[in-house]
Amino acid sequence: MSLSVKHLLGIKDLLPSDIELILKTAEKFKEVLQRPIKKVPTLRDTSIVNLFFENSTRTRISFELAEKRLSADTINFAASGSSVSKGETLIDTAKNILSMKVDMVVMRHSATGAPHFLANHINASIVNAGDGINEHPTQALLDAFSMTEKLGNLKGKKIAIIGDIMHSRVALSNIYCLTKLGAEVIVCGPPTLIPKHIETLGVKVSYDVRKTLEWCDVANVLRIQLERQNKPLFSSLREYSMYYGVSKSLLDSVKKDIVIMHPGPINRGVELSSDVADSKQSIILDQVENGVAVRMAVLYLLAGKKDNLI
Amino acid sequence: MKSLYAQQELDITLTRLAHQLIENHLDFSDTVIIGLQPRGVFLSDRIHQKLQQLLPEINIPYGKLDITFYRDDFNSGGSLHQAQETQLDFSVSGKKVILIDDVLYTGRSIRAGLDALLDFGRPEHVELLVLIDRRFSREVPIQPDYVGMSVDVINNQKVKVLWKEHEGKDEVVMIGTK
Repeated sequence: MSLSVKHLLGIKDLLPSDIELILKTAEKFKEVLQRPIKKVPTLRDTSIVNLFFENSTRTRISFELAEKRLSADTINFAASGSSVSKGETLIDTAKNILSMKVDMVVMRHSATGAPHFLANHINASIVNAGDGINEHPTQALLDAFSMTEKLGNLKGKKIAIIGDIMHSRVALSNIYCLTKLGAEVIVCGPPTLIPKHIETLGVKVSYDVRKTLEWCDVANVLRIQLERQNKPLFSSLREYSMYYGVSKSLLDSVKKDIVIMHPGPINRGVELSSDVADSKQSIILDQVENGVAVRMAVLYLLAGKKDNLI
Repeated sequence: MKSLYAQQELDITLTRLAHQLIENHLDFSDTVIIGLQPRGVFLSDRIHQKLQQLLPEINIPYGKLDITFYRDDFNSGGSLHQAQETQLDFSVSGKKVILIDDVLYTGRSIRAGLDALLDFGRPEHVELLVLIDRRFSREVPIQPDYVGMSVDVINNQKVKVLWKEHEGKDEVVMIGTK
């Protein structure tokens, strides 16, 4: 029993059996997190650095908590306030930190492919915590875990990913993960926010939220990533919200019990209205809870590959 | 493969172990039974069943404990162990705990089991029941309180307990004999 990869750079590189192993292991860690003492000694001889070159709340806290609950030693690094602002390169920063005997790197970077680049230059295992508009593998894994918890095996289940597909690393990782697990996926959003040729990844495209909701079992609603949009792709947030936002009245009119998910942070009233985000159908906070267990599973399985540790 | 124990003898031994537990714990008012995953659970299922047959009016708390995340061989090579389910829906604080595993060999699994157990509270005391005690092979100072059978085998041999529920027959075998 072990993963086929040394790093978790993206779901693209994983086998379906890897995903299943991670989800199965995460179930066990979820049980650990319900105990009076929510900590196991497994990674007590492992040091992990969290390299965050981009802002994060959930992912950073979730990774740090996962590391601590596995008894690993953690070091946090944020680009602001570090020597990066003095012009130090990515490789130099990483090599300097690793020379202090750090075994694993959790990394977020605004440049697509930054963790893949680093993986070619350093020895330690790398976990991608989001790179540009490419992938956010642990988010996809925790989404799959949360969906499985709610719906059972995902084979043949209908999942809609709604919103800014173009700039979302969550969308891409979700597409890889869900199709590998045998689910049917539709991406839905305004044409300007859906990349061309996305059908080649095995998903269908829809521009109609109502039809998409009528079709799906789960709606994973994504944030409009204004910070990554260099040119205007829709006229206004208000217009976006009217045509592509998921509101209570829209959801009620579909007359179907759809599970609502969102990777956070939510722009309330834009892609998702507050009453939907806080409704019983929403499992947004379960997603956050499951994130810790899933990240524990990823770290455990990667650290357990013997040649991983330096 | 050499047979050490056949079905009928095994059943007699399980009955004896159950009676020894009753002798020491009488009405099991403060006692809980915990089987260690993965293979100790087959034995603890049987022992728990026997006890409930002998004491039908008492409900004895019974749980299963996985030790995967507490093992001391995590980074010593070889492949990872698959974690199993832990099912302990009662507190062990202040309780007398009977830990159950099938084969006691180096004692390292029990060491991990104790660590795992203490994360669920502070038991009043902990006893160990094993079906097979491989004597003279301990690597940590751990001894059983209840033993089905003691065997002396050399280190490159393996003792395995087979169960009807899992392998189709009840038997204790020694593997690797020449």
